[in-house]
Amino acid sequence: MAVPALKIEHLGKTFGATTAVDDLSLDIAPGEIFGLLGPNGAGKSTTINMITGVTRIGSGKVSVFGYDNRGNSLITRRLIGVMHQEIVIDHFFTVNQAIRIHAGYYGLRDDPQWRRTLIERLGLVPHLDKPLRELSGGMKRRFMIAKAMIHKPRLLILDEPTAGVDIELRRSLWEFVQEINNAGTTVLLTTHYLEEAERMCGRIAIMNQGKLIALERKETLLNRLGGRRITVTLTEEPPQALPESLLENGCLLSREKNRLTFFLAGNCTTGDILRRFHDSGLRIADIDLHKPDLEEVFLQLTGRGKVNRSGERS
Amino acid sequence: MTNPLPLPPFEPWIPFLTLLKREIMRFMRVSFQTLLAPVITASLYLFVFGATLGQRISVLEGFSYAQFVIPGLILMGIINNSFSNTSSSLFMSRYLGNIVDLLVSPITPAQIILAYTVAAMLRGMLVGAVITLIALGFAPLPWLHPFLCLLMALLSSFLFAQFGIIAAIHANNFDSLSMFTNFLLLPLIYFGGVFYPVSILPPFWEGVSRCNPLFYLIDGFRFALLGTGDNPFWLSFGAAALLAAALFIWAGLLIATGYRLRN
Repeated sequence: MAVPALKIEHLGKTFGATTAVDDLSLDIAPGEIFGLLGPNGAGKSTTINMITGVTRIGSGKVSVFGYDNRGNSLITRRLIGVMHQEIVIDHFFTVNQAIRIHAGYYGLRDDPQWRRTLIERLGLVPHLDKPLRELSGGMKRRFMIAKAMIHKPRLLILDEPTAGVDIELRRSLWEFVQEINNAGTTVLLTTHYLEEAERMCGRIAIMNQGKLIALERKETLLNRLGGRRITVTLTEEPPQALPESLLENGCLLSREKNRLTFFLAGNCTTGDILRRFHDSGLRIADIDLHKPDLEEVFLQLTGRGKVNRSGERS
Repeated sequence: MTNPLPLPPFEPWIPFLTLLKREIMRFMRVSFQTLLAPVITASLYLFVFGATLGQRISVLEGFSYAQFVIPGLILMGIINNSFSNTSSSLFMSRYLGNIVDLLVSPITPAQIILAYTVAAMLRGMLVGAVITLIALGFAPLPWLHPFLCLLMALLSSFLFAQFGIIAAIHANNFDSLSMFTNFLLLPLIYFGGVFYPVSILPPFWEGVSRCNPLFYLIDGFRFALLGTGDNPFWLSFGAAALLAAALFIWAGLLIATGYRLRN
């Protein structure tokens, strides 16, 4: 069995009376892109800060590629690259100087080739000699990714990497992260953009109020919790009292004139629904299948907006 | 379970050298503020006490007032700038949040404290050297014990570099950081015998002054330069060395435990 890139065991942290992280355990395999989601205040950043050593561990244990991050902190820090959520820059230096300084903190001699690759790939070439304070918000984010990558970490932690950046940059960052991952770097990603998690991550953990409330492969999570929905449009409006067979298992979500929407989960399949319509003599004009999205799952799990039976978020 | 992955290449002294270089680049980048301003301040003192007022004052037999005051002014420049370098740099890193760059990287607490200290000492000694050169234009100096002069200057800058680290970590905001300067450092300097020999004070105030650690630094430095002081050199050096060791341990503990740096 391969050593996990990251192993978190019963991690906990309290700040005064507030429990920020509560008995969190999870493993991330080498080569994964792992998503850590949760609403604001869920404990994601505190977890990341405990992994990287910015915050002291309250209880539990964190290992990075088999090295304990307290007993072997100098080793684990070499293995981790982190891009923090807040934009953190050193106002005294230019982009190029700051990147070189950061490489030095990791005990590396300057590697001009790798530095150039990062700078070019992240579109920082025109800004190389600019003081950091003169960069736009998006450029600062690119710089922070370059900084996190300059020592070629085995585990790259991206805490809200695309917060507040335009869609073009977001997509180019996604591509870059994918490339890095293809080259063997494990990625732990937290994001508020569920589209980002859905597109990038293989497995997803969801935290709420410090606790882990879900950890699944993305597809499993979507199927298990989101289910699929099917909207059937009939050739004419059905009678007010629908045939009993269509109401079985309580899978009817909503009706609107001749449009009926069903929730497909558990035993209720597309075939079942179509058979029930056939048996009841109602004629189908059109069907529309909706795949669940992560946002829906997220909202259900965190209770931030349950999907009710009428198909609307409360 | 298989063995952990082999580690990436790492040269353990590079983080220290990098932080040292960063600190030097930082103060050189704002050299008007960090190097030129203190030299101008000291030059004004030298003008007032050397070329004008000093002609009418004599506090130490056999020496002009300018000769008496110059060692204190040199040391004042060294102390102020060593303190300012560590306190402002570390506090700004805390304030702006870029201290996390150090907290997440494999630089040891010893390397952090040494890099900050060496850079602060370098700035302090640079300012001290320039003030010394300017002072030579106002009065000749005997330089009786040049090695001891250097020793006391280095010890003073080391001591106040540690004090700057401690202040930067304990300060909650810019206001409280300036309190360290205005309500602690400046009174210690001015009551430490820069402008007068402590021995001319009434006994009570002389006793109070002898509790001021700056008194031992200034007196020791003056002894090394002029060959006369209120204390034997070993007492001044010993007191200063003890205080420097205590502050080094204090600063070291703060950095090593991550006090107010790590949550």
